[in-house]
Amino acid sequence: MTKEAIFKILDERILVLDGAMGTMIQRHKLGEAEYRGQRFADWPSDLKGNNDLLSLSQPQIIKDIHRAYLEAGADIIETNTFNSTRISMADYNMEDLVPEINRESARLAREAADEYTAKNPGKPRLVAGSMGPTNKTASLSPDVNNPGFRAIDFDTLAANYREQAEALIEGGVDILLVETVFDTLNAKAALFALEELFDDLGKDFPIMVSGTITDASGRTLSGQTAEAFLTSLSHVPLMSIGLNCALGADQLRPYVNVLNRKAPFAVSAHPNAGLPNAFGEYDQGPDEMGALIREYLEQQLVNVIGGCCGTTPEHIRVMADLAQEFEPRKITALV
Amino acid sequence: MNLSGLEPLAISPASNFVNVGERTNVTGSRKFLRLIKEDKYDEALEVARDQVEGGAQILDVNMDEGMLEGKAAMVKFLHLIAAEPDIARIPIMIDSSKWEIIEAGLKCVQGKSVVNSISLKGGEAEFLRQAKLVRRYGAAVIVMAFDEKGQADTYERRIEICERSYKLLREKINFPAEDIIFDPNIFPVATGIEEHRRNALDFFKATQWIKENLPQAKVSGGVSNVSFSFRGNQLVREAMHAAFLYHGIQHGMDMGIVNPTMLEVYEEIPKDLLERVEDVLLDRRDDATERLLDFAETVKGEARSKEKDLSWREAPVEKRIEHALVKGIVDFIEEDVEEARPNFEKVLGLIEGPLMDGMNVVGDLFGSGKMFLPQVVKSARVMKKAVAYLEPYLEAEKAASSDVSKKGKILLATVKGDVHDIGKNIVGVVLACNNFDIVDLGVMVPLQEIIETAKREQVDVIGLSGLITPSLDEMIEVAKEMERQQLDIPLMIGGATTSRAHTAVKIYPEYSNIVVHVNDASRSVPIAQTLAQPKARPEFKSKIKQEYEKLRDGYLNRAKAKELVSLAEARSNAATLDFDHIVEPRVKGLQTALEFDLAVLRNYIDWTPFFQTWQLHGKYPRILEDKVVGEEATKLFDDAQKMLDQIVAEKWIEAKGLFGIWEAERLGRDDIQLYENGKEKAIFHTLRQQTKKAAKAPNLALSDFVSPEGKDHVGCFAVCAGLGIEKKLVEFEQQHDDYSSILLKALADRLAEAAAEYLHEQVRKDYWGYAQDEALLNEELIKEQYQGIRPAPGYPACPDHLEKTTIFELLQAESIGMSLTESLAMNPAASVSGYYFAHPDSKYFGLGKINKDQVVDYAQRRGISIEEAEKWLRPNLNY
Repeated sequence: MTKEAIFKILDERILVLDGAMGTMIQRHKLGEAEYRGQRFADWPSDLKGNNDLLSLSQPQIIKDIHRAYLEAGADIIETNTFNSTRISMADYNMEDLVPEINRESARLAREAADEYTAKNPGKPRLVAGSMGPTNKTASLSPDVNNPGFRAIDFDTLAANYREQAEALIEGGVDILLVETVFDTLNAKAALFALEELFDDLGKDFPIMVSGTITDASGRTLSGQTAEAFLTSLSHVPLMSIGLNCALGADQLRPYVNVLNRKAPFAVSAHPNAGLPNAFGEYDQGPDEMGALIREYLEQQLVNVIGGCCGTTPEHIRVMADLAQEFEPRKITALV
Repeated sequence: MNLSGLEPLAISPASNFVNVGERTNVTGSRKFLRLIKEDKYDEALEVARDQVEGGAQILDVNMDEGMLEGKAAMVKFLHLIAAEPDIARIPIMIDSSKWEIIEAGLKCVQGKSVVNSISLKGGEAEFLRQAKLVRRYGAAVIVMAFDEKGQADTYERRIEICERSYKLLREKINFPAEDIIFDPNIFPVATGIEEHRRNALDFFKATQWIKENLPQAKVSGGVSNVSFSFRGNQLVREAMHAAFLYHGIQHGMDMGIVNPTMLEVYEEIPKDLLERVEDVLLDRRDDATERLLDFAETVKGEARSKEKDLSWREAPVEKRIEHALVKGIVDFIEEDVEEARPNFEKVLGLIEGPLMDGMNVVGDLFGSGKMFLPQVVKSARVMKKAVAYLEPYLEAEKAASSDVSKKGKILLATVKGDVHDIGKNIVGVVLACNNFDIVDLGVMVPLQEIIETAKREQVDVIGLSGLITPSLDEMIEVAKEMERQQLDIPLMIGGATTSRAHTAVKIYPEYSNIVVHVNDASRSVPIAQTLAQPKARPEFKSKIKQEYEKLRDGYLNRAKAKELVSLAEARSNAATLDFDHIVEPRVKGLQTALEFDLAVLRNYIDWTPFFQTWQLHGKYPRILEDKVVGEEATKLFDDAQKMLDQIVAEKWIEAKGLFGIWEAERLGRDDIQLYENGKEKAIFHTLRQQTKKAAKAPNLALSDFVSPEGKDHVGCFAVCAGLGIEKKLVEFEQQHDDYSSILLKALADRLAEAAAEYLHEQVRKDYWGYAQDEALLNEELIKEQYQGIRPAPGYPACPDHLEKTTIFELLQAESIGMSLTESLAMNPAASVSGYYFAHPDSKYFGLGKINKDQVVDYAQRRGISIEEAEKWLRPNLNY
């Protein structure tokens, strides 16, 4: 779908993003052997936990998860590529598989989305290529005794993101989603890479950015307030800016509201299903979360709504029903 | 322009001058260079921290030195800064003449920084390549006035290069105009070289040209360059910097690279030195350089002395302190405090003893009506100065002693979207006088910041202020959010549009804790005292509950009873005027901007509201003779006159205005269509009274005053008097002088009103010319005895603030530095805008309540949703 068409839909209604991929994969209780599948049976390192690899080793499971979210009413589904950069895949010695994982993941999501668009052409489904934060930060030192040290630099990040984005585009995504940004400098590198790539391709794609406010301090891990985060990324004409992960809808709300009040772009939110309990599980149910999301929509805080950790197709169904009841937030360049 | 470190920094035409800290620059600071060379980065970080604590809003970092690995030093220092939240809070200015160092720096900062600088030195292609990358890395840019031929050193070259750079950036790569900052080169003066004589003057002129001709572009510069030839003579250098900044800001300079901890206050530069410095800066005489050099020789190490002595100075020191506080005499307080200090074991004892005793006397006198607000504010100035003086000693003791026994902590804020703060500042001063700790968040404060600060600072009470009607809604939002977060902090509501009724009906129900409306500053003290004691709250709360719920029920019952006519009926009862004698205006369309002569404007001031600001009630000039407040009113009036003399003589502020007159025709029943050269230009939407009228009294709308046949005209205007006020306000703040600060703001408000009055007169008599023979005295003008009206959006005849956006667009009001906030408050605060209607029968009226039928119709005419229309018209809704 063209960028113009996507922006037009965004003006007309609230778009629903899908929920957690990890939570759904967990339901399958996969073991080492399932993660490996046939192709990686002899791979030298452990592979259990490499969720992105499942796009190659268990494509049917991933595609079914996409279908479940589409069935629940998601307008946008995210590719299973949150960790698919060289930096993150180094944990499994799978750097060279990065292009393939991204391309195949995009293709799986594309097929699932097209299937549902064909069923109901009035509700076109979109694929967003998920680009996670990587497991390294460009603004912070991992070594408390050496605050000037950096485990990663801007150029390496940009090169990683470029490789990922190129493969996602090849695989057919409509949108690129730079998400769970806990260090704004990592996100700046991603945006830099995307703009360079678009120049070289002679074509550009809508970009969504979603940051993470880590706790009640109201700041990102790298220390920025929500408004500073917005200012730091506003040089790119984004499709949307928003927040996800770390907090539930309740705790996230004031910061989403900051973006609502200040952002010249669409605003998105995909909170967790509450805060994790003592066992690290998320137990906020669809209706409980729905009641909080209803507040978001009533107050027109967002244009895109969805779920992060702990959310399931049941959660997304509640949101999709709610989204039909309300007008989207008005997107205007502020005075 | 928005920048960010860990926190955002918004720079708008209304911002104060922005200080860029310069000490973390190896080319300007030998100490910093040494620290970097010796790899003492810890100490180098302290230099940065000093700059931030000293008031730097942006931090300039420069590592351009032949002996350094510039790129590595830049990266290392920026990495270390990122680990220091106190420093990383503010945006970074990445300063280098080498692109590779700039680019390396850009890759290290997560916030939106400023690049200093790029230029046309290496040709257009390289300039555009770098600019595009700057944008891609998410930074704003300083463009130096430098091109292929070299650095601009004349006025003409400066503007030529800046204009060319601007056009390239805008037209070739669509670089956002608001993120372009020009550095038109500050060069040394008084060098003895003939060509350098106009260096400062040409910079000022170029700055003004840029601000007038390159929309939204900002101007910056490295200020300490100007005094290069006086290295070693700090006194003269600081005077030169202060004077340079003063004139720079007057000409539109937005930011400057300075040492914020070492800025002399312009007003405090000795007059003889100032004269010589300005002779040099402004190239006023041929021997200016020699005279300044001669003077510089003499001032090294010279001290100033004062000889004034009065009888009260004979009394013991503690009596003198009390006297100074009660009388508001600031001149001797520091020496008196210093003299008294050894008498106390701890400095805290001095504050809680004589100083607080003095303030208690002031508080009592004010409470019993024997002292008036202007005096209290003056007393507070003395107290502030004394405490500021004692601050270092207090800090040293702090470890040992417990907290100062304050009565409580109060957060004050003017809500988001509103820029008015005179009333809030007065309340802050009065509460501080009564020993409350005040956390003043200033103006345009977002609700999240209010609540976060309240929690962090553990305040006892939150006080919200606002002047324009949309602020009422914002206050409701704050109350809702406080409720949502279950805060246990009482809420005080104050400000000109607020009322007990509105608070009771709209805000009180939103917050289950305590919400109370405070009518004026004197009332704020007993209420705050009660609220600050948790024990006293329950009783107070039940009292408020009774009072407000009664008020609310009464209001709701009355509101229901109000009977309005339908919009159709109101329209059929519109005024029918005779349009046979339309006067053709002498000028049409948008007119060039006017700069008003303040000396003329002061004659047009309506003084009565000025006294109201200070809670002195009565009509001018009778108030000066009033038995109760006459004496204080007279003193205040004298202070105002003195300040006006200075405002006029020293051009503290600028008053500017815009107006236009267009051909117009009534469109439908309630709209007015404006034409320019026969083409449709804009539409004014007006609202019609819906109250049931007595026989023959019409249901008015402003559109009634315009002919439905065309060939008629309407005008509009916008004036403001607060331009450049920030500089003085900063000075007053540095001197802890709230009295002068509030006085100046109040006078700026009056001058803005005066400008509106004056301009209207010019329009009636000359530009439009329908009342050429008018000859009215100021009192008659105040009583509105002229023909035609100038109603202002947001006021009774046309309460819809949205009309201001139409007026601002028509007038291109940003061109004179005026803007609208999201709540449609005008910025600067001292501004007036409105329409001109010329018809002899046009008159001021109040719209009153309207029904939903009109709101629906209005929303449709304006092309907005009904909800939005309701939001803007809320105070007028009858449902």
